[in-house]
Amino acid sequence: MTVLDARGVTMRFGGLTAVKGVDLSVAEGEIVGLIGPNGAGKTTFFNCLTGLYTPTAGEVRYRGSRLPARPHEVTRAGVARTFQNIRLFPNMTVLENVLVGRHVRMREGLFSAIGRSPRYRRAEREAREAARELLDFAGIGGQASSLARNLSYGDQRRLEIARAMASGPGLLLLDEPTAGMNARETRQARDLVLAIRGRGVAVVVIEHDMRFIFGVCDRVAVLTQGEKLVEGAPAEVRADERVIAAYLGTPAGDGPGGAARGEGD
Amino acid sequence: MSGAGARRAIVPAPAAGRGTVARALVTAGAAVSAGSTFLPWTWTASFPGDLTVAGYPGGNQVITLVVALVMLAYCGAAYGLPGLRALAPRGATPALRALALALAVSTGYVLAAIAITLGGLVNWVPGSWVAAVAVLLTLLAALALPDDRRDAPPPAPGPRWRETLVVFAVLLGGLVLADYGLATEHTEQFIGYVLALGFAVRGLGVSGLPAVISALIARNRVATSVAALCAGLAFAVIQTSGAYTSLAANVLIFGAVALGLNIVVGLSGLLDLGYVAFLGVGAYAGALVSGSTFSRFTGTPLPFWAAVLIGIAVAVLAGVVIGAPTLRVRGDYLAIVTLGFGEIFRIVVNNLDGVSGPQLTNGPNGIPNIPDLVIFGYDFGEEHTVLGVTFGRFTNYYLLLVLVIAVMVFVFARVGDSRIGRAWVAIREDEVAAQAMGVNTFRLKLLAFALGAAMAGLAGTVQAHVTTTVTPDQYQFLSTAPPNSAFLLAAVVLGGMGTITGPLLGGALLFVIPEKLEFFEDKQLLLFGLTLILMMRLRPEGIVPNRRRQLEFHEEEIAGREGRAVAGVGA
Ligand SMILES: Nc1ncnc2c1ncn2[C@@H]1O[C@H](COP(=O)(O)OP(=O)(O)O)[C@@H](O)[C@H]1O
Ligand SMILES: [Mg+2]
Repeated sequence: MTVLDARGVTMRFGGLTAVKGVDLSVAEGEIVGLIGPNGAGKTTFFNCLTGLYTPTAGEVRYRGSRLPARPHEVTRAGVARTFQNIRLFPNMTVLENVLVGRHVRMREGLFSAIGRSPRYRRAEREAREAARELLDFAGIGGQASSLARNLSYGDQRRLEIARAMASGPGLLLLDEPTAGMNARETRQARDLVLAIRGRGVAVVVIEHDMRFIFGVCDRVAVLTQGEKLVEGAPAEVRADERVIAAYLGTPAGDGPGGAARGEGD
Repeated sequence: MSGAGARRAIVPAPAAGRGTVARALVTAGAAVSAGSTFLPWTWTASFPGDLTVAGYPGGNQVITLVVALVMLAYCGAAYGLPGLRALAPRGATPALRALALALAVSTGYVLAAIAITLGGLVNWVPGSWVAAVAVLLTLLAALALPDDRRDAPPPAPGPRWRETLVVFAVLLGGLVLADYGLATEHTEQFIGYVLALGFAVRGLGVSGLPAVISALIARNRVATSVAALCAGLAFAVIQTSGAYTSLAANVLIFGAVALGLNIVVGLSGLLDLGYVAFLGVGAYAGALVSGSTFSRFTGTPLPFWAAVLIGIAVAVLAGVVIGAPTLRVRGDYLAIVTLGFGEIFRIVVNNLDGVSGPQLTNGPNGIPNIPDLVIFGYDFGEEHTVLGVTFGRFTNYYLLLVLVIAVMVFVFARVGDSRIGRAWVAIREDEVAAQAMGVNTFRLKLLAFALGAAMAGLAGTVQAHVTTTVTPDQYQFLSTAPPNSAFLLAAVVLGGMGTITGPLLGGALLFVIPEKLEFFEDKQLLLFGLTLILMMRLRPEGIVPNRRRQLEFHEEEIAGREGRAVAGVGA
């Protein structure tokens, strides 16, 4: 069954078309890589999926039904994300960050917070237990009561993933999860992504680290200048000359080693 | 003492036995300073506070005496006396230096004031000379003390009964201090008090005592709440002067509104510059149903609970009406739009006078003659004697306001530490990320606005009865006297954003200080501005830092101590 089905997603900013008619579908339990040079429109595509931007054209379906328009409704529907430039709640503790992620899975409102019925207390306790479990899952369980801002860079990325997982998503969108990580942290991130899939969550991951992409993804899509260039199994994509050209900035036909600039663009 | 701590002294002295000599001198100096307060400091009673009596301290001498006694306690800590060591977990020297400064400054100030206002040093009598020499000696000796700063492990929690006792002692001590400051009769006395308190608080701050106390308070939430409530009620018993209880009642109104604003500004990060309008809405609602002969709805007053519900309902309605269109804009724009709405409230009320608009509020004349509250037959306008203690009119309102604030604190604490409160803080921290985590930011911001408005509306319905008259000019963006939107915001920021005690303390200071420094008169705003600049420069996190902010500074310590506990809302 398909989890995500995006058809003809287009995003225009004035004269600039950042995303042009991109199709992408993700099946249950799949890890899909999204690669492409800087400025290709990958993050913009994520923003279109999650309601941060309203696409100029196109349709996004999640498990068969249209995704709602506003970001919090998208999260409620089951699509969670992380950000390329980490966006935690810096002055909240690590645990509180994850608890905010669980916001949509809790119902307690103003009056039950004041009344604190046994039901409220149970919900709160369960939320905390779930949050701690997720922190352990992400490997930062020991830092639950530190401030998010004081975590190391790699741990902040992990916390962002734990926070997104707290909303109980069926699809997780990761925007450059290993940016700024060292080799060891990158390996751990890779294991984390695989473990997320192990929990039945489909993943779309934007990455520049090719080893990471070709190591975890079942399928890879390449975006250049807002358009989908190629999509296929990692091995096919890796061998595709158009992809190599897109990355090295050389026209199709020249070998990857050729430094000569051709006439095409 | 051996090991890492480098021994530094500010005033150089012969190395051998320097510590011993300096410590002895400090102790002797403090003792003589204390003793000097039992002598007269001047010959004429015309100096404010009458410092001519021998045999017991009077006026400003009490301040000197108290600081000297606290110093003696810290000397005991420096000597390692078992019971007193706990006063200075991080070392007694920094505390002694700051306290010596507090002693010298507050005593020096009054001695200088004697010489200046009475015309020359001839007005000093032997007692003044003794005091002057003693405090100076104490200060110099304190500066020569060797540094004994050390890292203190957080003390292990003691038995519950002892901790509860300490919490009560701390809060009742705070009450006595606050009451003394509130009831100072002369500007000289108040300035001496502020100088002594300011330096002393700094001194105790470096001694590591506040960290211990705030940890103690965090461990004993219930005891603290009960003790705070007791201290609040005890004030009504120890303070019977109408002028000061009136001041206290107004401080509580201001503090209550500041606490409400703290939900909007401190927790949710929404800069609201028109917040005082909600106080006005509540006050006008309360005044209209109060049975005042000048209200459009004369006749029998509504019962208090009904008036409160109406005040809250109307304020919430106003909050939603103002919030719904404005909360879609962010940051600076929100500040400007709320500023506009605050002024619109005042202008509308000014015009609902039957001439430029329908008659509802009597325009600029306002609604006077608001009768006193009667709850369960208890007439707030009358004196009541309970168990030999007389409660005057303002004391009655003061007690009601203590209960109102207790309810507000309860709501603030519970909501702040819940799914809703976390969502508010998340919005403050990063609105886009909060949205992406599933927080309906618009709805939650509106909820913050509504709850904030409800608190101000509740305070307003009581305020109408306390002041007996409501006029549009009481509810401005900025005026020389609180409450107004600018002062409210300052109370929140100075006190400590997102905390409970912060806005209450900030509100009290902002209300009492201008009231006490009468000679500033028209320069009050200047003073206010200077205070703001100084505070933001020296202590941007506010007087009471949020526990989240505290975490920033003492992270390992607190994390280690609390293990798996999460930071709650505020102190
Ligand atoms: N809000 C915006 N307004 C205008 N242009 C934008 C906006 N967001 C992204 N863009 C443009 O869209 C293009 C794609 O950006 P982005 O999606 O961030 O690329 P990538 O994530 O692939 O590096 C860039 O040229 C960028 O400048
Ligand atoms: Mg990007």
